[in-house]
This record gives sequence, C-alpha cells and structure tokens, in this order.
Amino acid sequence: MSDQTPVLECKGLSISYYTRAGEIPAVVDFDLTVYPGETIGLVGESGCGKSTVAMAIMQHLGTNGGITGGEILFKGRDMTKMSDDELRKLRGSEIAMIYQEPFASLNPSMRCGEQLMEVPLFHEDITEKEARERARQILIDVKLPDPDRVMNAYPHQLSGGQQQRVVIAMGLLSNPSLLLLDEPTTALDVTVEAGIVKLIADISEKFNTAQIYISHNLGLILETCDRVFVMYSGEVVEEGTIDSLFTWPRHPYTHGLFGCIPLPTADKNAAPLRPIKGQLPLPHERPSGCYFHPRCNHAVAGRCDQQHVPMAHVTGSAEDHRVRCVRWQEIDHTAEAPGGEAKPAIEPGEKVLEVDRMKKYYEVHDRSLKAILSGQTTKYVKANESLNFTAHRGETVAIVGESGCGKSTFAKVLMGLETGTDGAIKVGDVDLSELGVRDRSAEQISALQMVFQNPFDTLNPSHSVGSQIARVIRRFTDENDEDKIRERVFELLDIVKLPRDFYYRRPRQLSGGQKQRVGIARAFAGNPAMVIADEPVSALDVSVAAAVTELLTDIQRENKTTLLFISHDLSVVRYLSDSIVVMYLGWIMERGTTDQIFNPPYNPYTEALLSAVPIADPEVEKREIVLEGNLPSVMNPPKGCPFSTRCPRRIGEICDNEPPPEQEAAPGHVITCHIPLEELREVEPVIHVPSPEERQSTSGAPRPSPDPAAAS
Amino acid sequence: MSETTTTAPASTTPRPPSRISRTFHILGLLRESPVGMFGAALILFWVAMAILAPLLPLYDPLEPLAPFQPMGAAAPDGGTFWLGTDHKGRDILSRVIWGSQRVLIWATLSTVVAYLVGMLMGSMAGYLGGWWDEIISFLSNVLLSFPVMILFVIIITLLGASGLNIVIAVTFASAPGIMRIVRGLILDLRTRDYVFAAQTRGESAWYIMLVELLPNARGPLIVDACLRLGYTVVAIATLGFLGLGLPPPEPDWGLMIKEAVPLGSFAGHAMVVPAVALSSLILGFNMLADGLREISLRD
Amino acid sequence: MLILTLRRLASMLLIMLVVSFLLFALFETDKLDVAGKVLGPYSSEEQREIWLEKNGYNEPFLKRYVVWVGNALRGDFGQSIQLKVPVSEVLGQRLANTGILALCLFLLMIPISLTMGIFAGMKEGSFRDRAISVTSVVTTSIPEFASATLLSAIFVFSLGWLPGTSSMSGGFDWKQLVLPVAVLLLYDLGYVARMTRASMAEVMTSQYIRTAILKGIPYRRVILKHALRNALIAPFTVIMLQLNWLLSGVIVVEVFFAYKGFGSLLYDAAVFGDIYVIEACTLVAVFVAVFSQFISDIGYTMLNPRIRF
Repeated sequence: MSDQTPVLECKGLSISYYTRAGEIPAVVDFDLTVYPGETIGLVGESGCGKSTVAMAIMQHLGTNGGITGGEILFKGRDMTKMSDDELRKLRGSEIAMIYQEPFASLNPSMRCGEQLMEVPLFHEDITEKEARERARQILIDVKLPDPDRVMNAYPHQLSGGQQQRVVIAMGLLSNPSLLLLDEPTTALDVTVEAGIVKLIADISEKFNTAQIYISHNLGLILETCDRVFVMYSGEVVEEGTIDSLFTWPRHPYTHGLFGCIPLPTADKNAAPLRPIKGQLPLPHERPSGCYFHPRCNHAVAGRCDQQHVPMAHVTGSAEDHRVRCVRWQEIDHTAEAPGGEAKPAIEPGEKVLEVDRMKKYYEVHDRSLKAILSGQTTKYVKANESLNFTAHRGETVAIVGESGCGKSTFAKVLMGLETGTDGAIKVGDVDLSELGVRDRSAEQISALQMVFQNPFDTLNPSHSVGSQIARVIRRFTDENDEDKIRERVFELLDIVKLPRDFYYRRPRQLSGGQKQRVGIARAFAGNPAMVIADEPVSALDVSVAAAVTELLTDIQRENKTTLLFISHDLSVVRYLSDSIVVMYLGWIMERGTTDQIFNPPYNPYTEALLSAVPIADPEVEKREIVLEGNLPSVMNPPKGCPFSTRCPRRIGEICDNEPPPEQEAAPGHVITCHIPLEELREVEPVIHVPSPEERQSTSGAPRPSPDPAAAS
Repeated sequence: MSETTTTAPASTTPRPPSRISRTFHILGLLRESPVGMFGAALILFWVAMAILAPLLPLYDPLEPLAPFQPMGAAAPDGGTFWLGTDHKGRDILSRVIWGSQRVLIWATLSTVVAYLVGMLMGSMAGYLGGWWDEIISFLSNVLLSFPVMILFVIIITLLGASGLNIVIAVTFASAPGIMRIVRGLILDLRTRDYVFAAQTRGESAWYIMLVELLPNARGPLIVDACLRLGYTVVAIATLGFLGLGLPPPEPDWGLMIKEAVPLGSFAGHAMVVPAVALSSLILGFNMLADGLREISLRD
Repeated sequence: MLILTLRRLASMLLIMLVVSFLLFALFETDKLDVAGKVLGPYSSEEQREIWLEKNGYNEPFLKRYVVWVGNALRGDFGQSIQLKVPVSEVLGQRLANTGILALCLFLLMIPISLTMGIFAGMKEGSFRDRAISVTSVVTTSIPEFASATLLSAIFVFSLGWLPGTSSMSGGFDWKQLVLPVAVLLLYDLGYVARMTRASMAEVMTSQYIRTAILKGIPYRRVILKHALRNALIAPFTVIMLQLNWLLSGVIVVEVFFAYKGFGSLLYDAAVFGDIYVIEACTLVAVFVAVFSQFISDIGYTMLNPRIRF
C-alpha cells in the first residue's frame, strides 16, 4: 500500500480559532497520510479537534478559524496555497463530505434530484439529461428503493436514513478520491445506522474511494476503518491499524477509553467500568508536557509534565502503530484489572412495580381534505399497546427501543403527566395509570423521580444549582429550616461527587457531565423508591458517561432503589440491567432477564437490534443482519405484527394481518411473535464473546496473554 | 465562562458569590457592541436630562419670554436661548428637556402595563393551551388586525385625550404583540426537561409559569421591551403631533412639532429641534436592542 | 392546501365579524349621542328623538347591527356628517389616492430594501453589512412626522425645491408626491432591509449552504439558487404585513402634507366625530390588514415546501 502516492497528507498541521478570548489552538501538530482506497478513522471525544481537521481539509474553517502551520497535500498539491477557484474545482469532485445531520445539510426548498445533479453539472462537461441519469443511477447504488420518487422529493419528505443516503449519493456522484464522513450516523436510529454503516463499508470496495471517518464511537470505527487515529485535546495520541490498536492499545488514554465502554465483558458488579478521572482541558488551559498527564494513572512527575511528547513507533507491533507517550514501554496494561474493582450485587427485593396490560392511545385529528371527505378525522395513535412487566426493589429494568417505540410515552404515564387508556400501573397497591400527577399524594410523587437525557435541558438555566435541589427537599419533606435544607443539599452534592460551592453556580457554568450529576442529585433528593432514567448518558462523552453510569449504580446500590433505565443502546443496557423489555412501535416484542434477551430464542427484532449495535472489541464475533426499509410511522403502523414490514424472518400473511401472540419461552421470558418457539430456539446466537482463554487483546477483556511489544 | 472545576474540599461550607460581579459581566459584554453602547449612551443622556430637569438652570418651559428668537439669541434677562424660542416665546431648550421627562414617564408606564398584561396572557395561552390558547389568541388576532394608529385614534376618540387613556391605548395596541412573543417562547420552553421535572414534582401551573418558564424568556423579552419602548415613544409623540395626546400647555415633543410646522418657513429650528430629540431617543432604543440581540446571539 | 385556505378564510370572516360588532357597539350603542353628532350640538331633545325614529334607531340593537352590516356589505356606509355626501363616495376616491401613494412606495421600497438586506446578510459582520445595518437602523428610528419635518426643513424651507403641501388642489402633480413617498420610504426601507438581512444572515450560516459551497458549485449559484429562495420567504411575509403598517403611517404623512387620502379622511373624521366615516374607514382598514395577513399566510405556505401538503 505504501508505494502508492497518498491521496492526502497532512504534515504538522496546526489550526486555531480566534475568539474574544484570543487565539485558541484547536489542533496542534497533526500528521496524517491517506492512501487510495483506505479508510481512516478519527476518533475522540467532543472538543478533541476531529471535526476541525475535516473542515481544514475542506479549507472551510469559517471567518474565525485559520491554519497556523503545516501543510495539507492533496495528491501532492498544497491545498493551503490554492486559490478559491482551484479549491472549488476540488470540492465536490475530488473531495466530498458527508455530514452529521442529513436533514440540515440538504436545501429544504430544492428537490433532491436537482441538488444531486448540480454536482456533475458544475464539475464536468455534461448535459442535463446525462446528469439526471447519473443522479438516478447513484441513488440506485446507495440502495434507495424508489430513485424516481426520491429525485422528485423535497428533503423533508424522506426519512432520516433516506436523507443520509441522498447525502452520501451526492458525495459519491463525481467519484471523488477522498470522502470525509463526519459522524454520519450519529443522528440515526441503531437499525438504520447499521444499514448506512454497511453502505459506507461497501463504498471503498466498489468505488475505491479513500475515506476519513470521524466518530466518537470506537465500535463504529472498528466496523468501518482500516487504520485509526485517536485524538485527545487537539492532537493525535495514538495511531495504528485497527487490529493492532484495538488489540494492544498503548496510550493510557486509549486504554482508558476501552475501560469506559460497556463492552460485553464488562459487568456492573464483577467488572465495572473504569471512568477516566478529571476532565478534558480547555484548549487554552492545556497542561505542559503530555496533555493527558493530569488524568493519567501512570503519570510520573518530572517526566510526563515537562516537554511536549513526540510520537514514537511501537516496536514489535504492527507497522505504523505509533503512540505519544514517554512511558509506553514501561506501562504493562495487562497487569491492570480488566474492569474496576468489583462491587457487591444487590439482591432484588419485593415487587414494587407491576404494569398490567397498560395501553395508551392518543387521539389525533386529521384535518386533511381526504380525511374530512371520508369522515375519518379522528385517528388513534397506539403509543403503548398492552404493556406487561414488573420491577422489584433494587432491580434495574431496562426499556430498550428506537425512536417511536413508546418508551417515553410509558415514562409520561408512569410519572402522571398523561393518564393511561386502559390497564393498570400498580406501584404498591395503587393503580397510578389513571392518576395525573396533580391528583397524587406527596408520597406517591416523591417515590417516583426521573433523570433526564439532555444535560443542557435538565436544569433550569435561571436558577442556581443549589436552589433547584433545595426545591425538591422542600416539596417532599417537612423540613422548613433553611440551614438544614442547605446542609442536605451539600450532602447530596457530596454524594454525586461535586464540590460544595456548586451550590451557588448557575447551570451554564457546568459541563455536561456535571449537569447530569446535579440532575441525579435532584432525582435522589426526595429519597425515591424508583428512579426512571431516560437515556441519562447518551448525550455524554464516553469517559464522562462511564463516570455518570457508575455514580448512578453506586447510589442505586446504596439506597436499594429500583431503576427503570430507558435506552436505545443495548451495550449500556446489557451492562446495567437485570431484566430487559424490548419495545417496537408501542409493542413489547420481548422481555426477560438480560441473559435471556441476549441469548436465543430471540424475537427477530431483538436479533436485528443485537446485530446492529457496534461493539468495540475486535474479538467479538457478530452475525450481520441488516434490516431493509424504514421504521414505520407511529401514525400509520402495520396492521398485524408491527415488525412485519422489515422482518427478515417473516413467515407469511399471518404476520401482516394478525397481532402476534405472547409466547413464554422460559419463566419470565416472553416473546411476542408468530414464529413457533421451537423454530426460534434453533437460531444461532448473534454475538459470540470469546472466553478469556481464547483472547489476546488488552483493550478491555480479562486475560493476561503474551504481548509481543512487552516482550521485546 | 470558565468551566474548570477546581475540586474544592468537600467538607467546607462555601459562601454565595456577590450579585455585583454578574451585573458587571453583562455590562462588560455590551461593551463589545459599539452599536449597543451608542444606543445605551443616547438613552442614558435623555434619562439623565429627564431626571435632572428640575435642577438644571433652565427657563420656565411655560413662560412666554420673547417669540421667534433664533438659536443662541440673548434672552431679555441677560441669559441665552441656546436653541431659540418658539412662536409663543417659550425657551425651546427648556421645553425639549422637560418634554423628555414627560415622554419617558408615560412611555415607560405604558410599556410596563402592556408587558404585565401581555406576559400574563402569553403565559396562559402558551402553557395552559387548549381553550385558553384559542380564546386569547383569537382576541389578540382581532386587536392585531387593527392598524396601530387607527386603534389609537379610535380609543382616544372614544375615551378622550389624557395620560391614563394613552396607557390604555398602548396596552391595547402592544399587549397582543407581547402576548404572541411570550406565547411562542413558552411553547418552546415548555418542552424542556426542567419543566418536565417540575411537572413530575407536582408543581402548580402558576409556579411553573412564573418560576420555571418566564425567567428563561427574559433574554428575547428584554430586547423586545427595548424596541417596544421606542415604539411607544413614537406613538405618544405621534398622538401629540395629531393633537390627540397629552393635553397642552405642558411641553410635549409631538405637540411642539405640530405647533411649529405651519411656521416652519421662518422659524425652522422650532420644529427641527424636537424632531431631532425624538429621533435620537428612538434611535437609542433601537440601537440598544440591536446590540443586546447581537450579544445574546453570540453566547 | 384547500383546507388551509378555507380555514384561513373562515378565521378572517370571524375576525371581520367581531371587529364590525365591536365598532358598531362602541359607536352606536348610545343612540342619543349618535343623533347629537348628526344633528349638531344645538339640536333639541325632540329633534333627536324624531331623527332616531325616522332612521330606524328604535329597533332592537341586534337588528340594527344586522341591517348595518347588510348595508355595509353593499357598500352603503351612510352619509358623512361632516362632508354631507355618501361615505362610499369620498372613501372610494380617498382610497384611490392612498393607493397611488402605496404603489409608489412599494415599487421603490421592495427592490431597494431587498437588495440592501441581501447584500448586508451575505457576509455577516463585514464592513458592507455594518454600513447597511447602521443606515437602516437610523432611518427606521426617525418617526414619520419627524422625518417629514426634517425633509421639509431641507427641501421646502431651505432649498425651496419641493412644495410643502400635497393637497393637489391644482390637479395631479408628481412633485407633490415626492415628499410623502420619501417619508414613508425612509422608515419602511430600513425596516424591511433589516428583516431581509436577518433572514439572509441566518440562511448563510445554515448547514445546507455549507453543503452547497463544499459541493464546489460557483459562489454566484450558491447565493442565487440556494440562499435567495430560502432567505426571501420571511421578507415576503414582512412585506405583506407592511400594508397594515402603511395604513397607520399614512395617517401621519397625509395629515402632515395635507394629502387627500384615506388617512387624512379618517383623521378628520375622528377629530370631527364623523362616526359613519370612522366606521367605514376602520372596517376597510381592518379588511385590508386581515386580507394581507391571509395572502401572506397562503404565500408563506406556497413558498415553503416544508409545510406544503
């Protein structure tokens, strides 16, 4: 590979932003070489500079950004010295980019076809008719089923997955040598993401396009890339081939990242996550020496905090595995415990929640002409279709599903912001499904509290952190003494490991992780028996998410709280929960203990979902199931089984026309499907996790094994 | 700005920070918008004039001294008519300064009343929704369908010209617009998780509106209030100009222009001075609003 | 689309109904006062009673309202108390005069303000943007009668180039139109330019403009094809709503320049207490305002494919 001329070379690239506070170096001394057909992964947490690199390669840094040093060579020509016109000729034809939010990236008032045709029309000498044909062909190539409809559609008429396929098609239209992908699947649902990832992986084969894939998700990088660059605070700290870097991560930061991800080998009791201490330094407050040393467990004063550390080749491992650490040869990652210290498990107590055939239908008024003429102006949206499950004291129950599956509606009914249509939600002996929150007693309200998803929304920006926690104490306890309330808030801040002077801080002065901690303190302030956590860590960076996850489980363990964990991420769910409820379009497709869900028999939807979740462990084997089609709209669900339109195991018309029955595969393990259980039992496991003896990687899994680098 | 969290020893009891530093922070931000600073300076100038009017060495704004004196003419008592006198011989400088007091007081009062009504209606329409929203929105639409000046003219024709009636007219004209803005902001804010959190705590609708929602709408509302103060000054002056405003002989900018226009050919300064004064005050409000908006968009 | 149009039409009718009822209730509930206005302050009680009886004022209130609305729909707003002619006659002529004013204004304002706004918003923060923004904030800050005063001071009293009144007593004269249009233009230009600038600036920072630039298509096309279409949706609405503002603005301008238009008619009627003229003018003004709102809503839907269905 290395005898070819590289498509792109970045040499000593430094990029700064100029703000009111002065010059902020976003990326420093960045080296990168991309060969034709190769896929490079850039991975790192938010603020590490990975997107800045992409925009610098496109030479589109905006008015306040600029390249302060180094060069970007595209096929040997320095892009930093090109004229606007030369750049324009490269953009879109030689280098194309795919963005994080497909909807925002497409012009809302132009038809997709026209937006596609523009690319060849302005880069090649070609007639409108040829351009149209090319655009149509490329839509077929990106597997859009109805290219003519898409050509004539406005972006808002397509689903998120289709929009992203259009953007990818636009990028590929003039057959570029280099494709930049900036978090192309972050905004999509897991099963849709799997399809896009497959498409991206096929591109390099089919078009021989070199790609730079930017992501925060190590699992996705593993599935798509050949080589990977790990970035931290504006610089690359480690680079190498996927195999080499994922199997023997050398930099303490890379290693730490793997410790933060809930890999299949992690376990909340036996092998909990190991969060990285501290937080990412701001660009203008980077420490001297190694930028990571204040957070590193292996840092040695006098060596790590002195000079800027250069990249060093990792001898004995794969070619071009490089690491920016002065102590890489001394640190033996195999000696570390695979997970954090083991923690005691909680014994589940008595039943605290029983959801019994709970239904929630919304009435929707359709005011289109068609509806009025046919007299069907009132439709029912079946947000929750007959939910059944239980939760015990101290137990963690996860509700898993993609958007529109009804998990948030259920939370609303449980919290009393909506009332159920039918059935019951029993907490203790009381049916709460028909009690709105204002009709509940203070005890009933305080027993159920919630932790929210979005850290930027969870706290009221107008009030100090302390006053928001204090309000909960005042409402749910008889305490009136201001000093005692303040003391209690201080204690809660201690519990969530925040300094006490945060009492007086405004939410805008806090980072995302800190806000989530305050959110947790607020939820636990009234000593709730049950906490509903709605994707509490999905908006956080990996290392922060790990710390918040651990905090949540620690408090839960301490208080024997029941945790209802709502999530779309099966990795976290597997790590955290004792039992799982899998939902799709308002239905429970499958429920059971975590082991039962992750092993056959599966509901076909669970099977697809398991396959779709990327796992950042090269030794885990996964069966590939890519779903066709889109998530149906909740407004217009399939008549029979909700999954029948996409199900790879569909057995016939019965799936389309009749609601599937609940089948009990084992005590507590219920699968909602028409397929007989015997057949489902014969399905192979989706994920194969190697036993510790079979393993060689040091990335997260428990096992010491001969390490070529350490040996040399 | 800084997000660094120095891990303070957990056991110590911290003290609350002073409010003064926060206020200075906001003023510091305004300094970065030259437009906003200029606007603020214009407003400050007129506010200072209005407050200091009784203390300044001015002629009595109502006393006829010598008619049609040009700018800088000598007064009979040995002083100077810096801006000349009007057709009745009253000192224009004095009338402009006293006029600023009058217009600022009534404009502020009217805007405050309009805001109270508009915020109440907007919060109810936005948060309570349903029939409240339907009814309040419809009433606003009815009022908004009147061209503003026509609404003023009708109300003043029916009620007569007085300060109180101006407050009523401004409230009728402005409250629907304020209501719409507040309603829009509330509709956006009510989907935030912290509102959800308050609802799941069982907080009352009033608590959520007043404590959780309205404080977070303050940014856009301050900008809007600034613009609206400007509009109200225009409205009051326009009514004065049309002879429908505050009754004479108290100095009123609009009235001053009305009286001076027919005589414009030989005493132009009598109409230009109040016109410039009025425009500069409104310019101040508009520029401050622009500056504030620019700053709020930046963070 | 059809349903939307019908719904908007229905709400428009409802508003007109409520407004007309309000007007009628405000001005004609007190019958004796109406008679007093018509017959003059020195008319006797009996004269007023006779007049009321003769003109059907002793019918029940609601019935009177229905008759009044019926007449109004046929264009019969009664007899002007001040001018002693049918209201519809004066109103028609005055509306035409104001129409001329509005037409001139819009013909000048739309192209100039859109161009200014687009050039300013294309590159936010540039010198060009700053210059245009400051100019427009200054011009919108000068109230109509203040700018009328200042312009008169310069062009009428100092230079003597233009006439100070626009009563057109000696027949139609273009020269007399200049100052009224200029005054309206000065204010409105800045306002619409600022709105256009905001809309354009927002579009220019959007991700799809970035996509277009990074597709490598020429900058001209990025602006003309991608930015303008989206940036002009908001100004369209703003311009339509300027009709509502214009009906306010013309009162001051027409009074100032003694222009015989709709605004001065309403003003004179208000000062004189000519209730039939006030009613008619207000109804017409509200109708124009509501109708322009209707057009702007429908237009917005047509222009914006995202909400078209």
